[in-house]
Amino acid sequence: MNETPFMEFLISARRNANFLVGAFIIASVVFVAVLAPVLAPYGYDEPHKADRLQPPSAKYPFGTDDFGRDMLSKVIYGARITLQIALIGTFIQMFLGVTIGMLSGYFGGLVDKVLMYIADLAWCIPGIILALAVVTLLGKGLNNSIIAISLVNWTQFARIVRAKTMAIKNQAFIETGIAFGEKAPTIMLRYIFPNIVPALIVMISLQLPSTVISTTALSFLGLGSQPPSPDWGLALSNGMKYVSRGQWLSIFPGIALVYTVFGFNLLGEGVRDLIDPRMKSH
Amino acid sequence: MFSYIIKRLTQGLFLVFSVSVLVFAMLYMMPGDPIDQMMGWKVSQEKKDEMRHFYGFDLPMHEQYINWAAKIVKSGDFGLSIRTKLPVLDLMKARIPITLKFTGLTLLFDILIAVPLGLVCAYKKDSPFDRAVVGVSLFFTAIPQFWTAVLLILLFGVTWKILPLHGYETPLHLVLPVAAGVLGSFASTIRMTKSEVLDVIKEKYVLTAYAKGLGKTAVLIKHVLRNALILVTVLVSLSIPWLISGAVILEHIFGIPGMGGLIVNSIIMQDFAVVQACVLVISLLTVSFNLLCDFLIGILDPRISIALKGGER
Repeated sequence: MNETPFMEFLISARRNANFLVGAFIIASVVFVAVLAPVLAPYGYDEPHKADRLQPPSAKYPFGTDDFGRDMLSKVIYGARITLQIALIGTFIQMFLGVTIGMLSGYFGGLVDKVLMYIADLAWCIPGIILALAVVTLLGKGLNNSIIAISLVNWTQFARIVRAKTMAIKNQAFIETGIAFGEKAPTIMLRYIFPNIVPALIVMISLQLPSTVISTTALSFLGLGSQPPSPDWGLALSNGMKYVSRGQWLSIFPGIALVYTVFGFNLLGEGVRDLIDPRMKSH
Repeated sequence: MFSYIIKRLTQGLFLVFSVSVLVFAMLYMMPGDPIDQMMGWKVSQEKKDEMRHFYGFDLPMHEQYINWAAKIVKSGDFGLSIRTKLPVLDLMKARIPITLKFTGLTLLFDILIAVPLGLVCAYKKDSPFDRAVVGVSLFFTAIPQFWTAVLLILLFGVTWKILPLHGYETPLHLVLPVAAGVLGSFASTIRMTKSEVLDVIKEKYVLTAYAKGLGKTAVLIKHVLRNALILVTVLVSLSIPWLISGAVILEHIFGIPGMGGLIVNSIIMQDFAVVQACVLVISLLTVSFNLLCDFLIGILDPRISIALKGGER
């Protein structure tokens, strides 16, 4: 038997309840997002002028909003936005964190001091304040709010990548590489990077839920996605205008959001237990 | 101890300086010219140059920074709000205490509820109670704070109509926002308390206490809880940026006239001077609170001040 690490991962994953339930939840969200045009009964921005603010019924299972748009269709299409936030946001954070963390850990000295000082700085300003400042500079919108949240959250990646890089840097195979005349970029990309990939996967899966929550919060404040986007945060913010006349507007997008975040949480815990049991807290 | 305080103070001041440089630089990273934005497009070039000179925008960057910082330090002069034409300081003055009160209350209830729960969970690890608390708090970490707030409004404000849902007139108005704040942060406080206490229980001095014949309760109160005081201080310092972040959103939702509501509205209205001042003040408050907590920890726990003497953190 020649088992690859990936096969080993799959074998132990079958016994990890957190991972299985989380993976199932996220798979269902991906399924809904991909098949949104097939599953949604209406277009997400298709107004039904006669049916404004209708409570849930057979025709509109999740009710309609103030423009008579079907909330079920909005929630279904919103899954696309949420997955987009999760993937793009986490990727930008990872890219920034890996680049800065590796440079810092590999070169040490002044580069390290300066880069880690920037990370400290981003850490001591309350996240939302920094994000709001970035949104002010870039302007409102989904992409800008994803960038803003990434500029806040990359420091966790940088810290861990830096620590890992520093630990790997002193191992014999790195010295061998240097002795063979490999340049610093090659050492970092071909020798060190493959060794931090497991830790990176764990970090990505732990970072997904908070990325979704923070970016959706910006949409909720009216600074992220703009109408008529089916973004769940935006839908909830719209629901705030009708708390006394249309409670369903505030309920269904919220349930969808919590379902997705809960799935990412379980998946993250599962992946961490499977890849790096030592990181598990009490 | 003294060198520890000096060290942290220097680090804190340097952080404050860097934040102020960043906030100052925000003005120049803005798309468009501040004078154009202030005066509109119709004004002649000469008039604009005159204004530019009047506001000191024609000076070298570092001189501008010094002038800007000196005004703030000397008289709290953050300039004028572009929208309301009022001094930014006047807009903020009444709002800072409100945010502090709101954040303080949230922190207080968070600690009063979550720290005892965390202690019990650690002491009765893997009991049904521990599992139940961990399960509930895991569930709450999946609920964004702003949706908790929405649900509380729907339940207590709209359906049962027992609490006001918007505004800041009576103490009752603070019940829902503080509840939302606590529900958003208690899960992580419980988790941190639990893991810290589990570490303390493993310490050798706890074993020593048992070895010299002290009972379970005595050890828990005299040795473990005593160290929990340090723990609470650490928690406070760790959760301040997080609490302030939550406060910004909650103030916006509940219409509390604090810094959070001001900053969100100012961004929507593109009132840049106000945003800049709010970012600076909130960051300063965060850095100072963290410093204060660090000092308290240093006083309470001699091990930390010794460990930190090397400057490693």
